[in-house]
Parts: sequence; structure tokens; C-alpha cells
Amino acid sequence: MRRTAIAAVAVLYVLHQDVWFWREARPLVFGFMPIGLFYHAAFTVASAGALWLLVTFAWPTHLEEEPGASPRRRESA
Amino acid sequence: MIPAVVVFTYLGVVLYIGIFAFRTTRQSSAEDYFLAGRSIGPTVFLLSLFGTNMTAFSILGASGHAFANGIVTFGLMASSSALIIPVCLFAIGTRLWALGKRNGFMTPVQMFRDRWECGHIGTVIFVVQAALLVPYIIIAVMGGGTVLQAITNGYVPYWLGGAIVSSVVMAYVFLGGMRGTAWVNALQTTLFLLFGTIAVFVIGSGMGGFRQAMEALLSSPATSPLLTRERVSPMYFFSYTFIPLSSIAFPHICIFCLTARNVTYFRRTIVLYPICMLLIWLPSVFLGVIANQATAVPAIEAKLEARAQLASPGTTLTPDDRARLRAQAAGDDVILRLVDGYAPLWLAALLGAAVMAAVMASDSQILALSTMFTEDVFAFYQRSSIPTGAGTRRFQDMQVLTGRVFVVIVTAVAYAIALRIPQSIFDIATQYAFAGYSSLVPLLVAALFWRHSTRWGALATTVWTATAVAGVAVIQSNIPPPPPGSSITVWSLGDLPIVTRAATGTFVWGMLPVVPMTLISALLMIVVSYATRNIAMPSDGTLKRYFAA
Repeated sequence: MRRTAIAAVAVLYVLHQDVWFWREARPLVFGFMPIGLFYHAAFTVASAGALWLLVTFAWPTHLEEEPGASPRRRESA
Repeated sequence: MIPAVVVFTYLGVVLYIGIFAFRTTRQSSAEDYFLAGRSIGPTVFLLSLFGTNMTAFSILGASGHAFANGIVTFGLMASSSALIIPVCLFAIGTRLWALGKRNGFMTPVQMFRDRWECGHIGTVIFVVQAALLVPYIIIAVMGGGTVLQAITNGYVPYWLGGAIVSSVVMAYVFLGGMRGTAWVNALQTTLFLLFGTIAVFVIGSGMGGFRQAMEALLSSPATSPLLTRERVSPMYFFSYTFIPLSSIAFPHICIFCLTARNVTYFRRTIVLYPICMLLIWLPSVFLGVIANQATAVPAIEAKLEARAQLASPGTTLTPDDRARLRAQAAGDDVILRLVDGYAPLWLAALLGAAVMAAVMASDSQILALSTMFTEDVFAFYQRSSIPTGAGTRRFQDMQVLTGRVFVVIVTAVAYAIALRIPQSIFDIATQYAFAGYSSLVPLLVAALFWRHSTRWGALATTVWTATAVAGVAVIQSNIPPPPPGSSITVWSLGDLPIVTRAATGTFVWGMLPVVPMTLISALLMIVVSYATRNIAMPSDGTLKRYFAA
């Protein structure tokens, strides 16, 4: 799943370059939102999903361990 | 007058938050004043980190850019940022937090000095970071002046509005330090998350519904391109995805990453960041676009006439006339004009306060600059001259005092510059601060993930960034912008134009300068580090601390 999460983020980066709606304003989604704007709004929501995958399956758990005081830290304390 | 009263009340509230933070916390140590004692909770961390990224640029600059360029604004900056900024927080921000907690770092330069075992090269990095941060602060001062002038219908002039906003920000940063700043940012984010969507519906209703407005925009050849991206090239669109990289390299974001009590607080922030982007940017961009149909508002009609005059073929305009018309057509205050024209008075007042909240996000940058000066210059060069024991306490007090004095100096300098630079908010931000910080990202990546990087590679990257930003600034200031739609070749290879100057800025192969700047920056880090690996590799002890896993 870790690889899937990273791949999802990479795929989204590619999908950001949506040349297919470049010159089209119609259809107007909900009657007032140009399709190009709606696509990127949906892209933003999809980004939240991909990021959820990332923090769920690829979280750097080793950073959660409580770090001990280093020599540098003790010196400044 | 009611909106002005509400906005001034809001200014009073944030000032009180600064005083409250000053009274209720000790702030006797540098870590407490500059990092809130590394004790920020999860909700304030999310709201404040997001608010720190949202400045006058995102509210006023985005709607102004959308007013002139259409829906492309959302794809250029919002949706790419919604993915790239959280990924950077995930990969870089969490590691910065862990290193800061373990080693006591308060600034990125402290980490660079430790990682590459260098002293003065760290000072060079500080100088470049600080020089790039000042334009960002200026944006906020300009935004403050613009907003107060618009809200009071000109009773408060631009210069006075900027002075009032700067003074309030300076006061609560001076008093409250990071804790006061984080609380104010959390309040600000809550405000504009709440009122952005409300603004869309109220203004839409006032204009007779968005459906009719959109159809009217589509039916006019002058405005229908605003609803597509046909006016920009795919290459230009792609190059904008490099801009959000800058976020994690901004010192105020790096420093804010160090304030979380626990690294798990990043999780919620990373996932919810895109949703916050959507809630703020979609209304800003949508209202900016729809303003092109708001001809019933006299101020907006005047902007549209100025734009039409600029674009009309065969018109011969002097450079002064062109500059005047460009300033008249600028849309940085377009949201406020819409609110003024269509929202009921009570809502206009609240929305004015929300916009003011966004404008005042320069607090974090001012505090970051103060933290950097105090830690990277003052403490670094003075620490050896201060005796241990009782002197340590005195040194801590001096650090906090130095930080506070620097807050005053930075704000005053930014205000003085803001009065002299008439350029659009969006252009300044993109051409200087954002591009420069994106170009500095290889420093962070190399320090955290590449054990073979050296201090000379870091120096090469930093000097290149400074040179490239200065080069863009020279082109921007020496070559006047041509009429929209045309470009001037600054440098070419044979018949192939490489560097061009257009109405919207400087371009390299049709892309924003940020792309070659960042790529060359990364290349220099690799090449120079390899070339100096035998003379400048950090000690095994240092490498073990960074790459033990």
C-alpha cells in the first residue's frame, strides 16, 4: 500500500496537466461552473484522498519516537 | 462606515490577542518566544500553518489575477499547491520537526550549519533567505493599504492603511511572539474559511444568479476566453507547478514546522490542507472571474474600460499612460468592490474583516525574519563571547530583546519600500520570493536525504539562486513591459528566443524562470558536492545523526 500511496500522488501530479479541457468552457457544471474549473476543484478533493493514503500507509513512524537530548541540545539548555 | 468600524474592531481584537499572549506566558526563553516552546496543539497547528501560507496574495492577488486571466488562476496556483505543499510537509516538514526537537534547532540555517559543518556559508544562506522574504512582507503591507482604502471608500488613504496594518501586526508579533502569532493566524483562517463561501452565494444572488452571469461572459468574445485556459500555453501552466515548492523553503514555514508538540499533528494538516485550499481559493477565483460581468459596480466598470483601452489595437499610448491604465485595470481590490456593490452592509463588514485577516498574514514572516536574525546572526556570532552559568540567562534575555527590536525594524523597512513600489501584488510575489525559494528547495532535500551533499554544493546553490533572482529583477526593471500579447526577446540562440520579456513578466523558453532556476540549483548541488566530496564531507558523527536509519 505504501507504493500505491506514492504512485497515487505521482499520478495526480501528471493529471494536473489536463490538456483535454484546455479550450472548453462547456459543459457548465451545476449550470455555472466551467468544466476546467470544476476539474481542478475535483482534483483538489482527490489530492486530499491521495494524501490520506500517504499518511496512512507511508507515514515515517520512526520520527514519532521521542528523541533524546543530543549534546548540542544539552549545551544550549 | 459600518464595514470600517468592524474592520477596526477586528484590528483591536488581534492586538488584544498579542497582549493576552504576552501576559499569560513567560516568554523568558528564546525557544518560548520564537517557537511557542514547541507546544502548539493540533488544531492551532493546522489553522495557523494554513493561515501562514495564505496572505494578501492568495485572497487579493488570486481574485485580481482571476479578474484579468480567468479560471486558469485556480489551476496555476491552487490545485497544484493543494498537492505539492502537503507532500513537502510530509517529506520535509516532519523531518525538520524531528531534527529540531532532537538538536534544538530554531531556524533552517542552524540545521544547515550543523548538517554541513559550516559557519559563514550558513550566514550567506541567511542573507539570501532574508532578502527573499522581504518582498513577501511588502505584499502584506500593500494589501493592508489597499483593503483599508477600499473599505473606507478612500477616507483612509493607501499610505495610512498600510501604516495602520503594519503597526498592528508589529505590535502583536512584538508582544506575543510565536504563540500570539499562531493564535491570530488560527483566528484569521477560521474567519476566511467561514466567510469565503458565504460571499460567493450572497454576491451571486446580488448579481441575479451565476448562471446568467456565466452565460453572458461566454457570449462575449472579449470575456469567453476567461472561462478556458486558451490564453496560456501548457508549458507555462506546467511551469507553475514549481512555484508551490517554495512553500516549504520559506523560513516562516520551516520554523512553524518546529512548533508542533507532536509530529502526528502533521497528519491531519497534510490531509486537510487541500480542502482548506479549495474553500479559500475557489471563491476567490470564481468571484474574480465573475467580476467581469459586474458592470453595475462603477469601480469595476472603470477597470474594465481601462483594460479595454490597453488592449485596443492601433492605440498609441505613452509608457506613462500605459502604466496608469495598467494600475487602473488592476484587480487586487475586486473582491472588495463586489462586496461593496452586492453584499448587505453587515456581511460586507464581516467579509471586510475576513479579507483583512488574510492581508495580515505577514506576521509569521516578520517573526521568522526576527528569529533568523537573532539565532543565525546574533546568537551565532555572540554565543562564544557570553560566559556560561549566570550569563546564559542574560543571553536568553538579550536574544528575546534582539528579536523584538528586529520586528520593529523589519516592519518599518517593509512599509517604507511598499510606499515606493507600485507593481502588482501577484507579480512581485511570483517573480521574486516564490521563484527564489523554490530554487532553494534543493538545499533542504540535499541536507535531509543525500549524505554526499557538501557545504560547497550548498553555497553554489545559494549563490546561483541570488544571482538568478537578481537577473530577473534587472530584466524586469530595465525592460518596460510590452503591450499584452507581444514579447521582447532579451536573449536568443540564433533565431530561437530563450529569455523573453512579456507584459506579465520574464520567461525562459516560454516557462516561468522558476523552472530553470530550480533545476540548475539542483544540478549545482549535485555537481559541486561530487567535486568537493573529498575535501568537504561532514564527519561520520554528523552523518550518523542524520542518516542513522
